[in-house]
Amino acid sequence: MSHSEYNTERNSLAYSVEKNVEVHAQKCYQCGKCSAGCPVADEMDLPPSMVMRMLQTELAANDEKILRSHSIWLCVTCEMCLSRCPMEIDIPSMMDFLRQRSRSEKKVNPKAKNIIAFHKSFLNSIRFTGRLYELGLILDYKRQSLNMTQDISLAPKMISRGKLHIFPDIIKGKAQIARIFKKTSN
Amino acid sequence: MARIGVFICHCGENISATVDCGKVAETIGKLKHVAYSTEYKYMCSDPGQTLIKEAIKEHKLTGVVVAACSPRMHEPTFRKACAEGGLNPFLCEMANLREHCSWVHEKNDLTTEKAIDIVRIQVEKVKLNSALQPIRVPVTKTAMVIGGGIAGIQSALDIANTGHKVIMIERSPSIGGHMSQLSETFPTLDCSQCILTPRMVEVAQHPNITLYTYAEVESVEGFIGNFKVKIRKKAKSLDEKTCTGCGLCTTKCPQKKIPNEFEQGMGMRPAIYIPFPQAVPNRPVIDREHCTYYIKGKCKICEIVCPTKAIRFDQPDEILELEIGAIVVATGFDIKHADFFPEYGYGKYKDIIDGLQFERLASASGPTTGAILRPSDGQVPKNIVFIACAGSRDPAKGIAYCSKICCMYTAKHAMLYKHKVHEGKAYVFYMDIRSGGKNYDEFVRRAIEEDHVNYIRGRVSTVFERDGKLIVKGVDTLLGAQPVEIVADMVVLATAGVANSGAEDLAQKLHVSYDAHKFFAEAHPKLKPIETNTAGIFLAGACQNPKDIPDSVSQASGAAVKVAGLFSQNELTREPLVAVVNRTAPPMYSTCVGCFMCQSVCPYQAIEREDFKNREGKIVKTVAKINEGLCQGCGTCVALCRSKSIDLYGYSNNQVYAEVVALLNEY
Amino acid sequence: MKFGIYPGCSLTGSARDYNESVFALAEAFDLEFAQIPDWNCCGATAAHNLNKELSLALPARILALAEQNGLDEIIVPCAACYSRLVVTQNELKKNPELKNRIREVLEMDYHGTSKILNVIEWIDKYIIPKLDEKIVKPFNYKVACYYGCLLVRPDKVLNYDRAEDPQTMDIVMSKIGADPIYYPYKTECCGAGFSVSRTDIVSKLSGKIIEDAEHRGADAIIVACPMCHSNLDMRRSDINKYWKTEYKIPVVFVTQAIGLAIGLSSEKVGLKRHFVEVKIS
Repeated sequence: MSHSEYNTERNSLAYSVEKNVEVHAQKCYQCGKCSAGCPVADEMDLPPSMVMRMLQTELAANDEKILRSHSIWLCVTCEMCLSRCPMEIDIPSMMDFLRQRSRSEKKVNPKAKNIIAFHKSFLNSIRFTGRLYELGLILDYKRQSLNMTQDISLAPKMISRGKLHIFPDIIKGKAQIARIFKKTSN
Repeated sequence: MARIGVFICHCGENISATVDCGKVAETIGKLKHVAYSTEYKYMCSDPGQTLIKEAIKEHKLTGVVVAACSPRMHEPTFRKACAEGGLNPFLCEMANLREHCSWVHEKNDLTTEKAIDIVRIQVEKVKLNSALQPIRVPVTKTAMVIGGGIAGIQSALDIANTGHKVIMIERSPSIGGHMSQLSETFPTLDCSQCILTPRMVEVAQHPNITLYTYAEVESVEGFIGNFKVKIRKKAKSLDEKTCTGCGLCTTKCPQKKIPNEFEQGMGMRPAIYIPFPQAVPNRPVIDREHCTYYIKGKCKICEIVCPTKAIRFDQPDEILELEIGAIVVATGFDIKHADFFPEYGYGKYKDIIDGLQFERLASASGPTTGAILRPSDGQVPKNIVFIACAGSRDPAKGIAYCSKICCMYTAKHAMLYKHKVHEGKAYVFYMDIRSGGKNYDEFVRRAIEEDHVNYIRGRVSTVFERDGKLIVKGVDTLLGAQPVEIVADMVVLATAGVANSGAEDLAQKLHVSYDAHKFFAEAHPKLKPIETNTAGIFLAGACQNPKDIPDSVSQASGAAVKVAGLFSQNELTREPLVAVVNRTAPPMYSTCVGCFMCQSVCPYQAIEREDFKNREGKIVKTVAKINEGLCQGCGTCVALCRSKSIDLYGYSNNQVYAEVVALLNEY
Repeated sequence: MKFGIYPGCSLTGSARDYNESVFALAEAFDLEFAQIPDWNCCGATAAHNLNKELSLALPARILALAEQNGLDEIIVPCAACYSRLVVTQNELKKNPELKNRIREVLEMDYHGTSKILNVIEWIDKYIIPKLDEKIVKPFNYKVACYYGCLLVRPDKVLNYDRAEDPQTMDIVMSKIGADPIYYPYKTECCGAGFSVSRTDIVSKLSGKIIEDAEHRGADAIIVACPMCHSNLDMRRSDINKYWKTEYKIPVVFVTQAIGLAIGLSSEKVGLKRHFVEVKIS
C-alpha cells in the first residue's frame, strides 16, 4: 500500500498529481538534473526541481505558488528532464496536469497570458475547421493578445513563399470535431 | 507406548496476549499419549528449561513438544535441554505459536484454536520421531582465499599467522588488487603502494601461504571442513622456477601497443609483461591473446633474449585438485564503465576519465609519474570538474544503490589536484556528501575549507566538447536550482562500484547466494555479515558491496577469525537430518530400482551408486546411496523417488502424513 | 507499395517545402501514399497544455480513420505529429478505461493497431535499400544533424533512436555522401511551440543551436521536423536580431537533402520556399 492510500486526509497538490498522472513527488531526491538540462530553466521562477521540492512539502502555500507560477507555462515539453531523470519522474506529464489545474482554479500567472492566448487561438482554429488555419490563428492570437504589430512582416513573406493559406481547409468531419471539443471540455 | 510432554510458552506476552495458553495446555493435556502438558511464561529461561528436564525424568517422557517461537530461534536451546534431561535431542520438536499464530492474528477463540492445531500436529509428528545421532566429519585445516586484493591479503596473513595453511588464488598475474592502483588513501593521504607492498611481499614469503596467481577456481565440491576444489592455473608460458624476473623479455617484445590494465588503459604494455614494478610475483606472463607468436606463429623474440631460457610456449593450463577446509571469498569489485551514460561523454572525449584513471594520473608510479595532465594533449588542466554519483543512485541508467566510497575518493581527488596544481580550480558536483567514518568528514571539510575545492550541490545534465574544452552543464540546487555552466579542461566521473566480472559464475560454483547486483550475499545483514549461507565459506571486502580499505581489512580479519575458529576443532558435528535409501534383505536389497533420477536432481552431488554382488562376485543390482557428509536434507530426492525408496530422517513421509491426518481429524 | 500518410497541418502550410520533398522522394522511388481521408489536426502542444482528454481524442480520431481505411502503416513526416500519435497510442494501450472513454468521445471504434513511422524510419525502410543506385550527386557537405526533441523523446515511449547522441539521421546523411559533424546540440530544444507567443525564447534557444553548428563548420543544419525548421529558418531574422548576429547557415529537411542527391531540382524539393537562402544544390 502506498503512503497516499491510507492517508485519506491528504488533499495536497502532490496527492492530485499522484492520482491524475501517477507522478510521485516523493521519488525526487533533489539532484537537480532536470533543472540543469532544462532549456528554459533560467527563464523560470521555479525550475522543475524546485516545483518537485515544493510539492513534497504538501503545504498549501507552496501548492499555491506552483499553480500561480510562470514556470508551468514556460515548460516547452521537450522531455529532456524525463529522459535524464535518474528516477524516471514524468515531469512533462505533471506539467500538463499543473497547467490544467492552474487554469481550472483560475490561478494563471499573468505573465503567461500570451502563451495561453496562443494555445487558445490554436484550439479555436481547429475547433471549427478540424485543421489548423494558420492565418486565422495569427489573427485570433493578435485579437487575444492585443499584440498587433508582432510578426507583421512575416505574413507577406510566408504568402509569397506559398506557406500561408488565405482560406481555411475545412474537413468533412467538422461536426464530429466540434462534438469532440464539447465532450472533452472540462 | 508413547509418552509425550508438551510445554506451552507465553513468550512474555508475545504469545499469551492473543492465545489463551492455559486453554491450549489443558486441551492438549487430554490428548491420547500426552503424558504431561503445562505452560510457562518464559520456557527458554533457566527455570523453563529445568521444568522440561525434570518433567522428562518424572513422567518418563518419550517425546517433547515445545510450543513457543520459531525453531530458528530456540530449537538448539530446547534440544540441548532435552539431552540434559536424558532424552535424545531429536525427540524434541517445536510448535511455532509466535510467528505462525500469535503475532499474525487478533486475540479471539479462533486464534487459540489455531494454536491448539499447531501443537496437535507436532504431537502426532513427535510420536514417530526416532533417536538420531549427529554426524561427525573431520576438518581439513587448509584455507583457500580467493582474490589477492587487500582483503584477501589481510585474510590470508591472519589465517597463516594462526599456524594454518592457506592457498591464495588470484586470477591476474599479480596480487595487490585495486589498492595497488591507488595514489594516496583517504583520510590520511598516505601512499597506497607504500603501505600495501610490504604486505604483498609478506604473502609471497610466508611459509604457510601458497600463492597461485594467474589462476581461477574451476569447481568446488564438498562441504564445510571438506571442500574439494579444482583450480585452473592458466599457462604463464614460462617456467617460474627458471625465470629470474630480469624483465629483458618485456623490453624486447615487439608488440607494445596493448592497453595496460593496471594503468586503466592510459598506458601501453607489451604482450609479455609484468603488470607493475612492485608486482608479486615479480615474473612476467605472456598474454596469449595479443602475443604475435600465438597469433601469427612466429616471433619468439622473448625466447631468444631470455638469459635463463625460461620461456615455454607450449606450456598447458594446469588443473590442481586441493582439499580445503574453509574458503574466504575476497574477489573485490569493479567500476561501472561510464559509457552507459552517453550524456556525460565518457569514451567520446579523452579528457573525461573515471576515478581509477585519475588515481593512475595522480600516482607517482603512473603514466605521468604523478603529474595531473590531460590525456588528450598533456596540458595541465586549469579547471577540473568532478562529478559524484556518476551511475550510483540512478535506477534509470546506472545502479540504485550508493557506492559508498565515491564521496571520499572524490574529495581526495579534488584535494590531490589542488596540492599539485595550486592555481587550478576544482569543482565537485554532488548530491549528498556521505562521509561517515573516522576522520572522514573532517577530511571533506579540509578539501573545502583549506584547499578551496568548490562544492556545488546538484547533478550535471550533460558534458560536451567545444574548442578543446569541456562544457559542463550543471545546476546549483542551493541557489534555487540555478543552471551552472563550467568550462572545464578535464572531467572526472566518480563511477559506481559494481560486482566484479565473473562474480556470478563464482557464486554458482561455490553454491553461495548473491544479490540482484551480483554482489555476494551475507547470511544475515546484521549478525552474520561475514558468513555466507553455505557453511565454511566466508566473505571479505568489496565482493559483498563497495567498501573502503579500512572496512575491507576489518572484515578480512573477521573472516580469518571465523576460519581459525573452525580449524580449532578436529571434527565437526552435523545434524543427522539427511536422506536415506532403504535397504531390504537379498535378493531385493532395496526397493530402489536404480533409475537414478534422484542423482540428477540432487543439488549437492550427494547421491552415489552402490553395487550388490552375488557369491560369484557378479553385480546383481545397483541402487542409490546417500553420502551423509554431502546431503543437506533438502528432500528433493524424496519427492522425486517414484518407488518411494528414499526417506528423510526427522521428516519422514510417515511423519508428514501423521501431521496432515492430525489436522483433518477431530480431537 | 502503398501506405498511409498523415501530413499534418504544417505540411499543407508553413512546411509545404517539406511536403513537396517527401512526395518528390516517394515519386522518385515509386512509393505511393494514401492520405488518411478527412484527417484532422493532432492538437499539437496547445491541446496537451490545456486539455488532456482533447489531446488524446484528436490523434485517436486520426488513428481510427487509418484503421477504418485499412492503413496499417502510417508515415508521419512531422515530428510533432509523430510524437502526439505515438504518445496517444501508448497512453490508450496502457489505460483501457481511457481507451473506452476516447472511443465514446469519438463515436468511433479505435484499436490502436497502426504502425506509426517517423520520416527517418520511413527512409530507412523504403528509400535506403534502393538509394545507392539512384545517387547522382553525392551530398558532399558537412552537416549538423539536428533531431530536436520530439523525434527522440520520450525514448521509452517512442522506442526509436537513443535519446542521447542519436545516430539514425547521421547514418542516413552519411549514406548520401554527407559528412555529419559531431554536434552536441542535436537534441537541444529550439523553443518549439513558442514561435509566436514567446519569440524571444525561440530566438535565444534556436540561436544557440545555429551558433554551435556554424562554429563547428557545418554547411547546413539537417532537420526532420517542420517546427524545428520554422524556428531555425523562418525565425532567422528574429534570431539574428536577438543575438546581434548574421547567421546564414541553411536549414535543410533530410528529405530535401536526399532529393538533391538523387538529382531532383531544388524547386522540386521546395528549397525555394525557405527564408534562409540555400546555396547548396
